[in-house]
Order: sequence, then C-alpha cells, then structure tokens
Amino acid sequence: MSDAIKAATLEYATRLGDDSVVLGHRISEWVSYGPFLEEDIAYGNVALDYIGRARMFYTYAAELADDGRTEDDFAYMRSDREYRNLLLMEMPKGDFAYSQVRQLFADAYYTLVLPELLQSKDETLSAIAAKGIKETKYHLRRSRDWVLRLGDGTEESHKRTQKAVDALWGYTHEMFDMDETEQMLADAGIAVDVSKLRDAWHKMVSDVLIEATLTVPEDSWAVRGGRTGYHTENLGHMLTEMQITHRSYPGCQW
Amino acid sequence: MTPEEQNFLRKIEAEEKIEPKDWMPADYRKNLIRQISQHAHSEVIGMQPEGNWITRAPSLRRKAVLLSKVQDEAGHGLYLYSAAETLGISRSEMIEQLQTGKAKYSSIFNYPTLTWADVAAIGWLVDGAAIVNQVSLQRTSYGPYARGMIRICKEESFHQRQGYEAMLALAKGSPEQKAMAQDALNRFYWPALMMFGPHDSASAHSQKSMEWKIKRETNDDLRQKFIDQTVQQIEVLGLDHPDANLKWNEERGHYDSSDLNWDEFWSVINGNGHCNRQRIEHHVAAHEEGEWVRDAMAAYNEKKRAKQAQNAA
Ligand SMILES: [Fe+2]
Ligand SMILES: [Fe+2]
Ligand SMILES: [Fe+2]
Repeated sequence: MSDAIKAATLEYATRLGDDSVVLGHRISEWVSYGPFLEEDIAYGNVALDYIGRARMFYTYAAELADDGRTEDDFAYMRSDREYRNLLLMEMPKGDFAYSQVRQLFADAYYTLVLPELLQSKDETLSAIAAKGIKETKYHLRRSRDWVLRLGDGTEESHKRTQKAVDALWGYTHEMFDMDETEQMLADAGIAVDVSKLRDAWHKMVSDVLIEATLTVPEDSWAVRGGRTGYHTENLGHMLTEMQITHRSYPGCQW
Repeated sequence: MTPEEQNFLRKIEAEEKIEPKDWMPADYRKNLIRQISQHAHSEVIGMQPEGNWITRAPSLRRKAVLLSKVQDEAGHGLYLYSAAETLGISRSEMIEQLQTGKAKYSSIFNYPTLTWADVAAIGWLVDGAAIVNQVSLQRTSYGPYARGMIRICKEESFHQRQGYEAMLALAKGSPEQKAMAQDALNRFYWPALMMFGPHDSASAHSQKSMEWKIKRETNDDLRQKFIDQTVQQIEVLGLDHPDANLKWNEERGHYDSSDLNWDEFWSVINGNGHCNRQRIEHHVAAHEEGEWVRDAMAAYNEKKRAKQAQNAA
C-alpha cells in the first residue's frame, strides 16, 4: 500500500466509523423511550449493529495509523470539528417519525453502498461490508415498514412523517458527494463511488414514500459539510455527552 | 375440598407443575399475577437506571455491552408479561397497574445511578441478587414462570459476570476509578440486600406463597446466601466491605451481619425513594408519547385488513 493510499484509507475508514458511531448513538437514545417494549428491543438491536460497525472501522483506522491510538481514541478523543460523519446521522432523535425517516434514508443508502464496498480491493473494508449487508437487510425492512405504517396510518402520523421527510431531505444530498480523497480511493478500487448511487437511492426511497402516501420533496435545498467537519450544532452536544466519562479520566482503562 | 382442589394440592405436593389450563385456586392465580407482573415491571423499569449511562459509557466496548444488557432486560420484561398473560391478565392492564402505582416493581431501581461504577455495581450486585432469587424460582410451581426463570437466569448470570468484570476493571484501575467503585459498592450493597424483601416475619405474602410453592426459599435464607457469596467477591476486588459488623459465624456456617435500615426500605417501597416519581413519570411519558405511533399502527393494519377483505370479495 502506498503512503498516499494508506493515508486516504485511514481517512476513509474514520469517516465510515464516524457515520456509524454517530447514528448508533442517536438510535441508542431511544432505549426505554420507545412506543412499546418490542420497539425498545428493536432499537437496541439496530444501535448495537452500528456501534459494532463503528468499532470495526475504527479498529482498522487505528491499525493503519499505527501510532498507538485505539478505537476509543477515535471515538472519544476527537472534537466535532474533527468528526467527519454525514450530517444526516447527527440530527437529533426528534419524534418517532423523524427517527424512522432518517433511518429509512440511511438504510436505503447502506443497502446501496455496502454491496459496492464488498467489492473493495481492501479486504478489511470488504469484510466489514459483508457483515453490514446482512444487518442492513433487517434494518431496511424495519424502517420501510414503519414509514409505510406512519405515512399511511392516521392523519397525525401522516403529518408528522411528511414533516420529517421535508426536514431531513436537504441533508441527504451530501451523501452522494465525492471529494479528492474518496475519488482517489475509488479509482484504486478501494472506496465506493457514491456519486453513482444517487439515482438508485432516490428511486428506492421514493417508492416507499409514495406507497406510504407521502410526497417526495423537490430538491430545492441542500446543506453540506459533514465530510469537512462543518457540522450542525447538534453534534457538539452529542459528543459532549458521549465523551464526558472517557475524557474525565484521561488514560484510564475501562 | 372439591376434587379439583384435591388434585391441585396433590400436584403441588408431588412437585408437578401447574399449567395455564389447570384448575387453580383464585388466590393462587392472584398471587402469581402479582409476583410475575411485579417481576416483569422490575425488568422494564430497570432499563432506566442503566439506560441512564448508555449515552455516556466510557468506551465503545462497554457501550455495546450495556446496550445489549438493557436489551436483554427488555426481553425479560416481554417474556414475563407473556407468562403473566397466561393467567388471564393483559399487558395493557399490567402497564396501567404499574403506572397508577397499584403494581410494584423492585425498589432497587429507585436508587439513582450517579457514576459509571453504578452500572458495574448493578450488573454485579443487582443481577447477582436477582439470580439467587431466580435460581430458587426455577422450581416454582407454576410451569410458565418456572420455565421463564430457567431461560432468564442464563442471561442474568452473563450480566452478573460482565458487571463484576467491569467492577474489577475499576477496582484495579486508577485511584479515582477505585474510589468510584468503592462508592458504588457502598451505595448499592444495602439496597441489593433489601431486594430479598422484608424479614420473613414481616412479609405479607410469604407464607401462602411458600405453601403453594410459588416461593421455594424464604427471604432471609436467600439474603443470607447472597451475603455469604459476596464476601469473597469483594475481597478479590480489593475493596472494603460496606458492613463493619460482618463476621463469620462458625456455628451457623454463615456470616453474621448488620440489620438493614428497614425504615428506608419501607419508605422507598411506599414511593418516597430518590427516583420513584422519576421512574414512573419516565414510563408514563414514553407511553403517552408513543400513543400516536400505536394508533397509527392500528389504523394502518385496519386499512390493510379492509383492503384484503375487499380483494377477497
Ligand atoms: Fe433481567
Ligand atoms: Fe430479573
Ligand atoms: Fe439482567
């Protein structure tokens, strides 16, 4: 592995780890707050999958960095300006409709991204993708079912769900942006060229929204910045909570 | 005595399980519903004090372990609600009883989790105490409850080991971590002992429950078992035992120990602990916020059914 590729892969694994830990954390905020017990269990399941995935990406990043850092250094010792997750993942949990719509957007995204990542020439990334594909099948089934129920449920649930779709839509565009780092890795057969997945994602999500009697928003606005560390105000608060214990006792083992 | 009653008592005597369709005295049923639903509520309310640390867990590994534990507890709650339902009460009735204070849950969950070490202490001591109780309940006379206990105990022992291991990491860690561990032990040791309930002489439900073999061992015997098994665990951690009066009694073959603060016990049972109000409010708030979701689900299912009926016609 050339130094440039190695550095880019480290960055890439960190980004994917950031996506996973931030989304996993957000989902975990639902535990004991779900609409019924079965949902607490389901949320726990999905959160666990994402935290597990974050650990795999970070462990690989730490291995590439080879500077003594561990998975926890990546998760707990970086500030929001250093985090590189997609903005969609950091949005607050909101109400149940908001969380399920975000989940549908994310699950559809991973349904497309992970099979591509499975083809990566990088064996570690490919192996992480293989595990994620199985999990994502279950995640998508769940978020799809919920968006259908909520969209086509009562007047209130329909209203809440449409509101969530409209509020989150503008954060989905950056999911398909490529920058120099990812382009270089994509050319080397390592990273996924996400710019090619936008149409398929749009179709997949639109099909669900339409079946749920919801309106697919126009592409009238877009907020970008996750991959450059230009975040919403939400991430700082999330990391403050997530990192408080770890940072309060520097250098400790847990 | 009716033949049904005779048959019931014969089964109890012969250690045969009572099954949902069997005849049983009304009081036996009532007693069981009270105990199983209380157990289910404990699993569910117990998600809160530990859930309090999911978003602040100190490492990714601990976060995953905790998430998975809390998820197990939710599963136990679900399983126990189903066991209670075999006795002719619905989950929504039980939830209402919980929320209106008619049904109780284990008082241990009314103590606050103030530091990360509290999560470790709960896994170790609270799940540990629960196991002592539940191992005994594996022989309870009601079939679905006994089978539930066998299944649940396996996971509880896993939780207990993980909790102890987390405690060990703290006790062998930095001075600050060790102090945190000691503090958690000092606070959770006594309420953990109270989990076994009042002295047998003061226990309202004990005697009948023992006769019917719903309960298999007395509160005090189970508590003694837990006290005895915990001594060495505290030693290995290198922490100070919270009970200054703990002393081996050669004659009894058990440790003698301080009596518990029963005023505190009754005060917390009666709703006046640190977190009683918070726990119920949390449960009610989540339940109420979830109402529109449950309504949506019902409406959607209804539409689907109507459509299917139309297609079939
Ligand atoms: Fe449990
Ligand atoms: Fe339990
Ligand atoms: Fe447990």
